[in-house]
Amino acid sequence: MERFDRLEAVALPIAQVNCDTDQIIPARYLQKPRSDNFGNYLFADSRLGRDGTPSPELPFNQPAYALAKIVVAERNFGCGSSREHAVWALYDYGMRAVIAPSFGDIFASNSLKNGLLPIVLPEDVVTGLIAGLLAYPGASVTVDLPAQTVTLPDGTGHAFTVDPFAKHCLVNGIDELGYTLGLAGEIAAFERSYGS
Amino acid sequence: MDDAADHGPRTLLDKIWDRHRILAREDGQDLLFIDRHFIHDVTAPAFEILRARGLKPHAPARTFGTADHYVPTHSRDMSAVNHPERRTMIEALTRDAGEAGIEMFGLGDPRQGIVHVVGPEQGLSLPGMTIVCADSHTSTHGAFGALAFGIGATEVGHVLATQSLWQRKPQWMRVLIEGRLPEGVTAKDVVLALIANIGVAGAAGHAIEYAGSTIAALSMEGRLTICNMTIEAGGRAGVIAPDETTFAYLQGRPHAPQGADWKRAVAQWRGLHSDPGAVFSREVVLDASAIAPMVTWGTTPEDASPIDGRVPDPAAAATAERREAMGRALAYMGLSPGTALEEVAIDRVFIGSCTNGRIEDLRAAAAVVQGRKVAEGVEAWVVPGSGLVRAQAEAEGLDKVFVRAGFEWRFAGCSMCLSTNGDTVAPGERCASTSNRNFVGRQGPGARTHLMSPAMAAAAAVTGRLSDVRRLMAKG
Repeated sequence: MERFDRLEAVALPIAQVNCDTDQIIPARYLQKPRSDNFGNYLFADSRLGRDGTPSPELPFNQPAYALAKIVVAERNFGCGSSREHAVWALYDYGMRAVIAPSFGDIFASNSLKNGLLPIVLPEDVVTGLIAGLLAYPGASVTVDLPAQTVTLPDGTGHAFTVDPFAKHCLVNGIDELGYTLGLAGEIAAFERSYGS
Repeated sequence: MDDAADHGPRTLLDKIWDRHRILAREDGQDLLFIDRHFIHDVTAPAFEILRARGLKPHAPARTFGTADHYVPTHSRDMSAVNHPERRTMIEALTRDAGEAGIEMFGLGDPRQGIVHVVGPEQGLSLPGMTIVCADSHTSTHGAFGALAFGIGATEVGHVLATQSLWQRKPQWMRVLIEGRLPEGVTAKDVVLALIANIGVAGAAGHAIEYAGSTIAALSMEGRLTICNMTIEAGGRAGVIAPDETTFAYLQGRPHAPQGADWKRAVAQWRGLHSDPGAVFSREVVLDASAIAPMVTWGTTPEDASPIDGRVPDPAAAATAERREAMGRALAYMGLSPGTALEEVAIDRVFIGSCTNGRIEDLRAAAAVVQGRKVAEGVEAWVVPGSGLVRAQAEAEGLDKVFVRAGFEWRFAGCSMCLSTNGDTVAPGERCASTSNRNFVGRQGPGARTHLMSPAMAAAAAVTGRLSDVRRLMAKG
């Protein structure tokens, strides 16, 4: 996993509550191999209008957000299906953090395991931030994971919480599986006492 | 160790959790042992993770596979899978399971079907177990008093390699449903009414225990439907304490304990309930007698109303945010505020899915269809949840009821719930569906989904519009 330390980047607003993983990546792309660039399938249906051409009003199709690495979304982002492809689509597109008032539980868990940092900030802060990003396209947000702070374009700082172990893994670019494999003895001992 | 004397009253979650905790990490996460792991034809990326690290599945005997997402439902022949990527997904499951010695219910196997129908049917999902699968509707299996939840591909790799998973214990929420369900009201209506009440994030961070006289009176099939849709309220797991209904369903199933083991198991399962005085972080109470047949009108499962109502007006929404979301949903759905829901004409009907693809669901739909015809211009499908459900329905003559009425009688799979196998609803078409998600594009780009019970979907099929099934039942 790629190391996550401090990130200053353009933030892209998604002004929509309950944005589900079927929208983040429609199910027909789940059959693609992981070697594909899933960024190509990110919001595949909503990025294009009915006639198949890009909808210019969407932030995803505006040049000001081309270098975005941070998504700012409304409540319950990533609800629905457990498809990790939703995280891969955001990650492959270039996103490294998502800021929202709340997340779908499975999406948040999948994100942490792939180098995409889900950050929960208070709803009023996020609402204000989305309005600011829409008014000033291309504005940057700074995420400092070791310090657990987000600095908004207006200079205000906000602390966030993160699971300490997930933080350790992200900051050092390691994954959980390697750690658990080191506990094989404990697992084997449990299995012996557990029976079938 | 499980020393009850050291504890106060414990919830069902406490009991299952403590029994499976291998060790605790100082950040508050526990390493849980996983009893049962289901895999399906979207699990290929997890096996890639294992291969890349030179690892093999740790406990193949605890793992079972079935092909459901990519299988064709008009044929049982692999040659009918003419899309190379879909074919690759099914073949990858067959190969990965075969190499690891994982028992697998493939396309030609009579037991093949949707993973959340097959697990219960085979007696693989048992009370007190921890159960995971790379599918958010794994919450279904909690109907047996198991802790069952969906996981992502990386977590699947972790479970395959170590038979364990790091988890933070969720909050425990009780949904108490009391009273008798009115005529024509089913488990699906109960869970849609619940989600309309608490919202699609109403149970986020929680596992739900369903209890009360209404739940106690439900069949196993009805309980599976309710637990299945827990994830649509944001809850990762839904659990129902096992009782005589549970034991009667499980006894004699191929993988359920047999003989003396069965007696021992049932004695142990009887202790799987929340103790009197156990503390819940939240409680929601529903009155079953006040629930009507439900139908969704928007693009999240919380956008649900009683069928005798009207399409709501965004202008009447409590907040600007809700107004905006409702407006967008109605635009996508092609509906105008104030329209009577029963006036909404439909093009397609889909009866099936892990929510409502079981025998009881097909019986309920057939009872409405009996002696009637699918309305002109409507294309209606029945997709049984498994090969065994299909066989049982045929033994009861239900297939003939559907076919005579003009339904297509298809083979088992996820099918049009999420259209991964190519069974799609065309752009702009409106579908009465017994599945679980009415998200934008879920049944195909531009498809408009209305969620409802199997009896309600059958009523829609024969009238050609969203319809109150109670009226059709009165006539019968």
